[in-house]
Amino acid sequence: MAKVRILVAKPGLDGHDRGAKVVARALRDAGFEVIYTGIRLTPEQIAESALQEDVNVVALSLLSGAHNTLFPKVVELLKAKGMTDVMVIGGGVIPESDIPGLKAAGIEAVFTPGTATTEIVKYINEHVK
Amino acid sequence: MANDTLKAGFDAYMAAVEAKLSKNPERTNLEPNRLYTPLDVPEFDYEKDLGFPGEYPYTRGVQPTMYRGRFWTMRMYAGFSTAEESNKRYRYLLANGGSGLSCAFDLPTQIGYDSTDPMAEGEVGKVGVAIDSLADMEILFDQIDLAKVSTSMTINAPASVLLCMYIAVAEKQGVSADKLRGTIQNDILKEYSARGTYIFPPKPSMRLITNIFEYCAKNVPLWNTISISGYHIREAGSTAAQEIAFTIADGIAYVEAALKAGMDIDAFAGRLSFFWNAHNNVLEEVAKFRASRRVWAKVMKERFGAKKAKSMMLRVHTQTAGSMLTAQQPNNNIVRVALQTAAAVMGGTQSLHTNSKDEALALPTTESVTIALRTQQIVAYESGLADTVDPLGGSYYVEALTNKIEAECWDYIKKIDEIGGAPEAISKGYIQKEIQDSAYRWQMDVEQGRRIIVGVNKFQQEEAAPTNLLRVDGSVGELQRKKIEALKAKRDNAKVAETLAALKIAAGEDESTNLIPLILDAVKAYATEGEICGVLREVFGEFKSHVAL
Repeated sequence: MAKVRILVAKPGLDGHDRGAKVVARALRDAGFEVIYTGIRLTPEQIAESALQEDVNVVALSLLSGAHNTLFPKVVELLKAKGMTDVMVIGGGVIPESDIPGLKAAGIEAVFTPGTATTEIVKYINEHVK
Repeated sequence: MANDTLKAGFDAYMAAVEAKLSKNPERTNLEPNRLYTPLDVPEFDYEKDLGFPGEYPYTRGVQPTMYRGRFWTMRMYAGFSTAEESNKRYRYLLANGGSGLSCAFDLPTQIGYDSTDPMAEGEVGKVGVAIDSLADMEILFDQIDLAKVSTSMTINAPASVLLCMYIAVAEKQGVSADKLRGTIQNDILKEYSARGTYIFPPKPSMRLITNIFEYCAKNVPLWNTISISGYHIREAGSTAAQEIAFTIADGIAYVEAALKAGMDIDAFAGRLSFFWNAHNNVLEEVAKFRASRRVWAKVMKERFGAKKAKSMMLRVHTQTAGSMLTAQQPNNNIVRVALQTAAAVMGGTQSLHTNSKDEALALPTTESVTIALRTQQIVAYESGLADTVDPLGGSYYVEALTNKIEAECWDYIKKIDEIGGAPEAISKGYIQKEIQDSAYRWQMDVEQGRRIIVGVNKFQQEEAAPTNLLRVDGSVGELQRKKIEALKAKRDNAKVAETLAALKIAAGEDESTNLIPLILDAVKAYATEGEICGVLREVFGEFKSHVAL
């Protein structure tokens, strides 16, 4: 089976990338193929990278509070590009009360502060299509 | 000789302990030695290594009496939503014993976009207050006397624009620029390496910074023109020694840029200030503060030949470590912040922001901010930590640790010098990689149980989802859009165009043309921040980062 390809991306203007980089490295160490976009990308740029890199998973990280606007937008744009079987997950400073709304918008799982990277690895292994 | 008998006694003590270790084992993963004695500070020379408070090399503090005269400035970082909302929070903090202001701007403001810019979508008013023009700034400081308060602004790439707005608001209040006290962060190098709110490439960014140094030396002499920041480097995952090493390396680069622009060291160095993180390990933090003062004093005196005492003093603002707050059992964060506050105070900070217990989840509520401010007041008035200068000076452990951190700091400075200085080390990705490696090590230590975080990987408990979090109203973007439209209908648009055109021409000239007076003209004509930064973007271009994992 081909290696699972994951795009770790930071939408919006937030520069806090400690979490994104740690997760990207942990995913790579777990044997995934990982592409990290760097900070300050628009949802359009992220969807376009996901398409170009032909990834199975898009992992979004955001700590600024703009997740309710930007995460669903990435999902929409991926769908518009025909990437309907890409798994989109997210993480960051995200209040628990926002999670049901994000899940309804197509973000399959949301990982909040304190999550072990092994938990994210496990989730991807169990759910990736 | 006393040390010989001491050495023999120490060896006997160690042998006795080792003999019983199988029966009385120690915890594993302990970094410090078992015990510190005079043997750990063998060359200790009080006058050379410590000196007296307020004297070179300032190890014990930058003022002779420290907090016996006046406490540190209790400066709470705040700002969210609109200027109206934030103004209310500022006045609340001042009414409750806060002694200085600290403005948090939202990300579009920090990156030079108006609230209406497509890039600002979803971010308006979220992590700070949205400021689009002088009109917003007038509201932000409404009924706050700028002659009396000192204001710190966390603004970097567009620092010049926000400083000009502050000067313009003060002028309207009848307060002249030479009376203004405060700080702009204005530290672009750590934006490239750790924080991310850069706009322009390094060269024009450094020009804006030296333009500010020069302008303020003449016109705003009491203003701290830069806050050279290790805080965000630490938040990004660095160690204590890396925090001060990379920051002092950045400081060296700013000094070199200003000297290259023809300034005299003692004309600007006294207005340079620093910004440290107060992390969890109390004694390591105290040693870090002490080491940083000693290193900077030596850099300024020996490397740059500064003459004035003020030029050699590392004055520092501190914030408790946001990254150490846990989303789990958030009340525990109150205790963490109290210990971090103790560290900053024993370390000798000049001002302090304490984080609130709910900040791993959202921006803080008024209630949790009040507890954070009270924490400082309890440490100040009740703990006794502020009653004598440098209370840990002379502790064998703290002195040995201060020496160790200083030595690590010099090693990094040497390495960075060999690479060609901080800007070069950042553009090669060296500093980012060092920080990332430390961050990854920390995370693995936590996940593999070598490092315990209470409530996260030990002593966990089931808890209900937190309630009572501050939510920023989603309509702030819409409100700002209406304000900008009204402003553009009302202002003298010909005057705006004229000032922006003049700025554009000057930006294209070499760095001997100081851009600050032209930015001030544009600000006073009510050009928006996005318009001003837009003109500079056209001339300077934009920085694009490259990341290697």
